[in-house]
Amino acid sequence: MRSEGRLFRSSLRLFGALYVGLLVGLPVGSVVYRALAPGIPSAWRAVTTPAGVHALVLTLEETAVAVALNTVFGVGIALVLARHRFPGASVLEMLVDLPLSISPVVVGLAILLCYSSTEGWLGPWLATHGVHVLFAFPGIVMASAFVSLPYVVREVTPVLVELGDEQEQAASTLGAGPWTVFWRITLPSIRWGLAYGVLLTTARILGEFGAISVVSGDIIGHTQTLTQFVDTDLTNFDPAGAYAGALLLGLISMMVLTALSFSRSKEKRSI
Amino acid sequence: MTSATDAAASARVTHRVARAGRVLRRAPGPSLAAIYLSFLVLVPLAAVFSNAFTGGPRVLWAEITEKETFAALRLSLLCSLAVVVVNAFAGTAIAWLLVRDRFVLNRAIGAIVDLPFALPTVIAGVTLLSLYGPNSPLHVDLAFSRYAILVALAFVTLPFAVRSVQPVLEELDAETEEAAATLGASPWTVFSRITLPSLMPALLTGAGLGFARAVGEYGSVVILSGNVPFKTEVASVRIFALIGNDDLPGAAATSLALFAIAIVVLSITALVRRHYLPAEDT
Repeated sequence: MRSEGRLFRSSLRLFGALYVGLLVGLPVGSVVYRALAPGIPSAWRAVTTPAGVHALVLTLEETAVAVALNTVFGVGIALVLARHRFPGASVLEMLVDLPLSISPVVVGLAILLCYSSTEGWLGPWLATHGVHVLFAFPGIVMASAFVSLPYVVREVTPVLVELGDEQEQAASTLGAGPWTVFWRITLPSIRWGLAYGVLLTTARILGEFGAISVVSGDIIGHTQTLTQFVDTDLTNFDPAGAYAGALLLGLISMMVLTALSFSRSKEKRSI
Repeated sequence: MTSATDAAASARVTHRVARAGRVLRRAPGPSLAAIYLSFLVLVPLAAVFSNAFTGGPRVLWAEITEKETFAALRLSLLCSLAVVVVNAFAGTAIAWLLVRDRFVLNRAIGAIVDLPFALPTVIAGVTLLSLYGPNSPLHVDLAFSRYAILVALAFVTLPFAVRSVQPVLEELDAETEEAAATLGASPWTVFSRITLPSLMPALLTGAGLGFARAVGEYGSVVILSGNVPFKTEVASVRIFALIGNDDLPGAAATSLALFAIAIVVLSITALVRRHYLPAEDT
C-alpha cells in the first residue's frame, strides 16, 4: 500500500511538472530567449521604433483612462449591489458579469454597431456633435472598459457585504456627510480588495486585443496598441520586433502580477 | 397658437427633466450605475441582438447554418469542450500538488501557473508559436493545425482550472483522507470517494469559466491556428472576418449563436453543480 501511494505521488509530480512545463514554462522561456538572443541593444531598438513607442504610449493612456472609469463606477456599482435593495439587483449583477462570457470580438462588434458614425445607433448623432468613437481613442477606451468591467465590482462587493454598514451608520449619526463617510470609513476598509480588483482590471486591459482590433482600425502610429504592434510585426515577418514587443508587454504584465500576489496576501491578512 | 403649444411642450420637457433630476438626486448611485452600464454594455449588446434579427428568424438561421460559419462554431464548441475536460483533470492534479505535496518543483509550478492569466493573449500566441511553431527548437510544429487551437486554449484556461479547485482543497481536511488510507483504501479510491465529491462544485465552476473564456478566445488562437476556413477557423475569427467583409448582420448572427452556446453550457454546468452541492437539511 505504501509503495502504491508513493507511485501515485511521483506519477502525479511527473505529470504536473510536464504539463505546466511544456504548456507554460518552456514556451515563456523560449520567447524570452528569442527576444534577447540578438542582444539587449537590438531588442531595445526593435521596440523603440516610432510605431513601437507610439503603441506603448497609447496603451498606457488607454489603460489609465479605462482603469480610472472602471474603478470609480466599479466601486459605485459595488456599493449599490451591497447596500441597496431594489428590484433588478440580480439583473444588474448579471449585467456586470456578462463581459466574462462574451468573446472580445463580439464586444468590438457591439461597440461598432452602436457607435459607428455611419451605421451605428448612436454614432451618427455623436458624429454631428464632433465625437468620433470608432477608429479613435474613445472606442479603444470603451472596448477596454467593457471587457474589464467585472473585476473591481467582483472584488469589492463581497468585502462590502462582509463589512456591513454599522460603522458607516455610526459615522453618519455622529454628523459625518456621505463623502466623509466614504473617504474615512468605507474606502480604507475596502482598500486591499479594491487594489486587487484594480490590478486585475489593469492586467486585462493591457492585454486586450480582439475587441480593440475591431474598433481601433489598427492605424500604425495612430490607433495601434502594443498588442496590435506585436501582431503586426508577426504578420509582417518581423519576428524580432514581435518577440521584443512581447517581452516588453510581458514584463509590464509581470509587474502587475507581482503586485497582484502582494495585494492578495495583504487582503488575506486584513480579513 | 403655435407659441402656446410650444410653451406647453417646453413645460412638459422641463417637468420631465425636473423629475429625472429628482430621481437622480434621491438615488444617485443606482441611477449612475444604470446609465454607465447602459451606454457601455446594454445598448451595444442590444444593437448586436437587433442586427442579428433584422432579416427575421429565418435569415438568422440561414446566417448561422451557412457552411463556413457553422463549421467555425462547431470547431469552437468541440475544442473548448475537449480542453475544459483535459484541464479539469490536469488542474485538479496540479492543485493537489500545490496543496498536499511538498516537492521542490511544486514551488516553480505555483509561480508560473498564473502566467497565462496575466499574459496578454497575443503574447500567449507568440509564446506558443516560438516553441511549437515552424522554427520549433523541439521540432514540434503544430502551427496551422487543430492541435494548435487545443494548445492555445489549454494555455489560456489553465489558471481557471487550478485556482478554482485550490482554495477548496486547502479548506478540505486531510484527516478524512488519511483515515480512509489507514483503513486500506488505495490512493485512487481515497481520491474518487472522498476528495473528488467535495471538489466537484468548484471544479464545475472553474470548468464553466474556462469554457466561456475558451469558446470566444481570439488573440492566442488567431496567431497560432492559421485560420484556414473549415479546418482551423474558430468562431471568433470567423466573426472578425465577417466584420472585415462588411457583413455585419452575418457577424451579429454568429455572435448571437456563440453567446447562446456559452449560455447553454454555463447553465448545464450550473445545474450539474447544484446536484453536487451538499443538501442543506440532511
